[in-house]
Amino acid sequence: MHAYANPLRFLKLSEALLPWLLGLGLLLTGIGLGIGLFASPADYLQGNSVRIMYVHVPAAWLASSGYLGMALAALAARVWKHPLAELAVRAIAPVGAMFAAICLVTGSIWGRPTWGTWWVWDGRLTSMLVLFLLYLGVIALARAYEDEARGLKAAGLLAIVGTVNLPIIKFSVEWWNTLHQKASIRLSGSSIHADMLQPLLISALGFTLLFAAIVVMRMRTLIAEQRRTARLRRRVAVAA
Amino acid sequence: MDHTPFIAAAYAFTILGTGGLLAVSWIRMRRAERAIDEGRH
Repeated sequence: MHAYANPLRFLKLSEALLPWLLGLGLLLTGIGLGIGLFASPADYLQGNSVRIMYVHVPAAWLASSGYLGMALAALAARVWKHPLAELAVRAIAPVGAMFAAICLVTGSIWGRPTWGTWWVWDGRLTSMLVLFLLYLGVIALARAYEDEARGLKAAGLLAIVGTVNLPIIKFSVEWWNTLHQKASIRLSGSSIHADMLQPLLISALGFTLLFAAIVVMRMRTLIAEQRRTARLRRRVAVAA
Repeated sequence: MDHTPFIAAAYAFTILGTGGLLAVSWIRMRRAERAIDEGRH
């Protein structure tokens, strides 16, 4: 793993990977959402509104797993001082925030015809909102200081501390009485019919590849900006 | 209740959000890497 923390090796590897992540991600997302919208059956209780699941559930999974990835990168930056780990924290935060926002908005839209309300302050919805705010906090802290290293240190610390919210999101539907339904997919099996599970898994895989593609593109951007800044500094030093 | 507007709104928000972020990230990456290449010459 340490070998891949070399920025030049990362640039080479990501150049080869990026077209695959983008191409497969767009293809699988298109297929998953296409089946979800036009070919999968309506739910016997929720009717057609269940089709929102194919965008809402992948967004929820990616918002949570993206946060875990960001926290692990922050930990790696703190322990091993990996140059790429700090970049990964900065690259993941806005993408995770976007997926958390998609989860919150699509969940709210799904809630109106299903529960009769756009929002309730129950355990699952509130902990998901906290996750979104944590992402915003990490983004803000990374830019809050003139000394970039200090900002990244503070942002990394918040990312690590914020992982305490992840089990709360996961178990909120078990710990408290909530409007939100309990988990339908567990390690032991799924209670979702195969005709609905298939498009859900396809779109989840597609969105995961797109998430990874965006993070890789953002990391490449940050590396290019750092190289440009370093080059300008060298020129200024030579001129002086 | 007709669910179509709710489904359309949820899909539109997701596609615009993900697609927008993809496009912005792609453009920023290309611009940053082009600036590096131009600075080299």
